[in-house]
Amino acid sequence: MDNVIIAKDLSLSYSNNETIINKATFSISSGSFVFITGASGSGKSTLLKSLFGALNPKQGSLVVGGVELNGVSRSKLNFLRRHLGIVFQDYKLVKEWSIEKNIMLPLLINGYVKSVALNQVEKLLKHVRLNHQTGKYPFELSGGEQQRVAMARALAHNPILILADEPTGNLDEYSSQLIWNLLEGANNQLKTTVIVVTHHIPKSLNVDYKHFHIEYGSIHEVR
Amino acid sequence: MKSVKNHLSLVVALLSILFSMQVFFIVERSIDAYKVNLSNNYSVIAVSKKELSSDEFKGINKIISNAEELSPDSVIKRLTSDMKSTNVELLKLTLPKFYKLSLTYYPTPQEIKKLRSDLLGSGSITKVEDFSHNHDTVYKLLLLFKKVVALFAIVVLIVTVLLIFKELRIWQYKHNERMTIMGLFGAALWLRSAVLFRLAIVDALVASFLAFGVFMYLSSSAWVAEQFNNIGINVLIFNPIEDFLIILGVAITISILLASLIVLGHKEEA
Repeated sequence: MDNVIIAKDLSLSYSNNETIINKATFSISSGSFVFITGASGSGKSTLLKSLFGALNPKQGSLVVGGVELNGVSRSKLNFLRRHLGIVFQDYKLVKEWSIEKNIMLPLLINGYVKSVALNQVEKLLKHVRLNHQTGKYPFELSGGEQQRVAMARALAHNPILILADEPTGNLDEYSSQLIWNLLEGANNQLKTTVIVVTHHIPKSLNVDYKHFHIEYGSIHEVR
Repeated sequence: MKSVKNHLSLVVALLSILFSMQVFFIVERSIDAYKVNLSNNYSVIAVSKKELSSDEFKGINKIISNAEELSPDSVIKRLTSDMKSTNVELLKLTLPKFYKLSLTYYPTPQEIKKLRSDLLGSGSITKVEDFSHNHDTVYKLLLLFKKVVALFAIVVLIVTVLLIFKELRIWQYKHNERMTIMGLFGAALWLRSAVLFRLAIVDALVASFLAFGVFMYLSSSAWVAEQFNNIGINVLIFNPIEDFLIILGVAITISILLASLIVLGHKEEA
């Protein structure tokens, strides 16, 4: 199986130069479901940021979807991001756009015709059980519903890789379960690689997953 | 409602710039028209030892448009009640020639000074009366008026630019989030900024057409026309093609500059 992520001697730090991740070497194969855990401030969100190019590696190599992210050009980064689905704890929905327009965003960026994109959005809204909320804006939805919109947006363009940063961190049990089901479904049915940064790995998960733990700047493969 | 509010702040700022600019143009035109009016009523008197033609005067200084010889008859009549006609003819021959000089435009005090020295330096002209005191007073008044209006336009411009910069910060905050989110999904810069540029161009068009409407109304207003008639001038308040193109150009340039500053100042956060 091909590796969708290959990190070699990867070091990450912010502008204050304090090293967050120190010379980590790991790989993630295509189609796998991966959890990244660690204490608060251990660097798990930092690692995730580096996977979608929001943080440039300080040292080493980081290849995601065949694109070397150390010193990547903006156009190559845009190309990579068009094939990623990203889910954040704070949803990152465009407030002044309807939920349909939010979900449509990656489709339009990827050059889908509007009518095709609308059709896809309709299917996705059903998939995330929000078809009764059409025409609404993010602020009119609950946190759980907003996260489902963000999930639909992440799934819309059939990405090669879904990156989720504590996707259930702010949600109740029911909404959390729905999000896990959606991530599971993407991995099981579409064979999409899923990487989730979280504090707690859910017990009722029907996927064979890998588990990395970050401690003192090092990444250990637990499972 | 929210959409109207989004547009209103930039439209108002643009309108104030366009208004002050067009008012400045109107004042410029009024002053030019008033200068033409003044130049029609203003002339210089020159006294020459010998007869000079209009072309000879034009050769001395290009500002002279026409020279009209003044008849000395009315003066002679008062002096010669007891004189014989042969003596009167003799007196006429010895009298210098008086000329009223019309000018092509209303000159500056410096130009009057030069005209005076050119005329006196020509050899045959012995005296020049340029009524410079009256001329200078009127001219300085015109300059003062022009400066006051220019100052007013500059103050409006500065205040508006400050308003626009405040608006820029609000826009930067408002658009930054959307641009960041679009960037996270790989949108190219042009796509991320498209909404912003569209908004800026729409606002520029709205402000331009509003200004167009107001100035078209003013140019057809009988009250405004009467005010200009009262000071004896006829001014083009608004040229629907040329002035509108200038207004549109200025509005679009400012809006695009504003949008570009936001795009350049955009910092991606994740």
